[in-house]
Amino acid sequence: MIDTVIYAILALSVIGAISALILYFVAQKFKVYEDPRIDIVADKLPGANCGGCGFAGCRALAESIVKSESLEGKFCPVGGASTMADIAQVMGLEAVASDPMIAVVRCNGGKCNTTKKVSYQGVDNCLYAHMTFVSEGGCANGCLGLGSCVKACKFDALKINEETGLPEVNQDKCVACGACVKACPRNVIELRKKGKNDRRVFVCCINQDKGTVAKSNCKAACIGCGKCAKVCPFEAIVVQNNLAYIDFTKCKSCGKCVEECPTGAIHAVNFPKKKIVEKEKTPEITI
Amino acid sequence: MNTFRLGGVHPEENKLASKSNIEKLPLPDKAVVFVSQHLGAPSVPVVQKGDKVKVGQLLAKAEAFICANTHSPYSGTITKIDLATDFNGYKKPAFYIDVEGDEWEEGIDTSDSIVREITLDSKQIVERIKDRGVVGLGGAAFPTHVKYMIPQDKKAEYLIINAVECEPYLTSDNRVLLEKAEEVLIGIEVMKRALGVACALIGIENNKPEAISHMSELAKNYKGTKVVALKTKYPQGAEKQLIYALTGREVPSGKLPIEVGCVVNNVGTALAIYYAVQKNMPLIDNILTFTGKSVKRNRNLQVRVGTPLQYIIDYCGGLPEDTGKLVNGGPMMGKAIVDLNAPTVKTTSSILVISQKESMRKEETNCLRCGKCVSACPMGLEPILLFNLAKQDRWEEAEKECAMDCIECGCCLFSCPAGKPLLDLIRVAKNKIGVIRRLRSQR
Repeated sequence: MIDTVIYAILALSVIGAISALILYFVAQKFKVYEDPRIDIVADKLPGANCGGCGFAGCRALAESIVKSESLEGKFCPVGGASTMADIAQVMGLEAVASDPMIAVVRCNGGKCNTTKKVSYQGVDNCLYAHMTFVSEGGCANGCLGLGSCVKACKFDALKINEETGLPEVNQDKCVACGACVKACPRNVIELRKKGKNDRRVFVCCINQDKGTVAKSNCKAACIGCGKCAKVCPFEAIVVQNNLAYIDFTKCKSCGKCVEECPTGAIHAVNFPKKKIVEKEKTPEITI
Repeated sequence: MNTFRLGGVHPEENKLASKSNIEKLPLPDKAVVFVSQHLGAPSVPVVQKGDKVKVGQLLAKAEAFICANTHSPYSGTITKIDLATDFNGYKKPAFYIDVEGDEWEEGIDTSDSIVREITLDSKQIVERIKDRGVVGLGGAAFPTHVKYMIPQDKKAEYLIINAVECEPYLTSDNRVLLEKAEEVLIGIEVMKRALGVACALIGIENNKPEAISHMSELAKNYKGTKVVALKTKYPQGAEKQLIYALTGREVPSGKLPIEVGCVVNNVGTALAIYYAVQKNMPLIDNILTFTGKSVKRNRNLQVRVGTPLQYIIDYCGGLPEDTGKLVNGGPMMGKAIVDLNAPTVKTTSSILVISQKESMRKEETNCLRCGKCVSACPMGLEPILLFNLAKQDRWEEAEKECAMDCIECGCCLFSCPAGKPLLDLIRVAKNKIGVIRRLRSQR
């Protein structure tokens, strides 16, 4: 009886030892080297897989960082500078400084400033509406207000303001991943620098019609008058195709153009309230 | 009786204007003519602001292969070349013309006499079609001469004339068949010579018995031209469906009709070719139906290109009070008009007035899994599947499910009892797949 038990234990031990040997040699033979730092870097990333960095997901970014041994052109908008600093430490590299960005809706048409000329009954899909007609107000460039950007946002940072009919960005939630920029068929949304103390100035219009046409469609349209460009001390404003554009790399947020704009198309965000109320030019602040 | 194989629907016909003769619309005082009125590369203006132009004078020249000339439909002065809104509200470059009199350019035969003898050879005909700015009047406005330049390894056997007019309400083709039958038949002879084919088939749906008997009678004098009566079913006027109904051949997915030896043209195009080749007249006018259930008098109007829509409406005695929507084209495939001041273009075939009550969409409810959209689809697609894929942004899968084969006829939308906006999202998918394909070919 005891013999059987001993034989069984022995036989199993021998089989186990042989298998272990085989497994050991196979593992040696087919070993794929993976840099352990990839896992570490991937752990540091937020794991949202939003694609905001331009890579397929967080792990793809981590692989790319470790493989190229450089942080040039690689930035996680969700994690921001602190995450990148952590990763730089792991990699023993210098963190590339990058200013925090935010999505900005460059249209102030909406229900307040345009008059409804036709009504749309199709699907709630901005691309479809864009393929079908101009917009309810008549502007061929402005926001259609159907919320494709809201659906595209994975961070719940966008919502349609019922009063204006325009999307609003929640600046605490927006991580500047750029999903809304891609979802908008009219390129209304732009990623801009968040600015010092979160203050930023931008032209809240992208229509390129001539002044009279633009004004007839929308009260708050940029008419391309060029007053802002003249008053800007930093030469940050360019007027092209009847439209002013503020270069956020040059803008110092002095706010002079905001006061100058006759239609209130230039918006200043997070500035002390006093300034705007005095002039009563921007009744609505839409980020 | 012949018809196409898969799917199709039969909406209420409502051919309200089928008994009204074609009327000539008086010329407006001011007109707006778009520089490009076709599918393809834009034309280049050859006249300037302040120039005096005559009817039939070249305004914009085709510089690329898939491009068409634009001629002046009016005599008068060009006051400016600026952007103008089209029916969808988008801005496009256009000539603004102050109309003065009706002076034609020399060399154009404006008499009513019928020119029977065809003097030009095949090459010259195609050249003339190109020169006179003829585009496909079925709706797509594809430059006609391109269809007539057949690749060397292909051979055309049939010329197919699309006179089915399967869209409800539209009657302009019907009136052309009744009033300009001789011209159409000579136009077909010209087209046959250009293509070098012996056989032409004219497909007419059997809801137009007068047109069928009239055309069959006259067609006896033209060897090789045959009128075929087809069972009334929408969308018989679609290229692939019509080819199947007339010849029993099926055009493979993603291929052109020439693959099965067919060239398809609309009746309107045949008429335009007759005028272009036999009378040297450029394409400057078209026949449109002004119709609707609440319109007092439904009419068929011969309208010069560039007539402002408001002018047509005023001529017809204004819009009825309960108007909810104006549609450019038929009720199935037409697009709602956004701007009433927009001018007509070469392909404007109908102005359809829809009442407030009928213009509303059905409320969307859940899918019943009834499969009506699948059995209605004339291309054999699964509209509900494509709809769901498009809703979830799964473009690659939608491409595999042949979303690009969709002809946007609207049968799925028409037959859906749950009021799902099926076609709308399939159109979105087609647009997205188009972008993906372009990116792929760039790589």
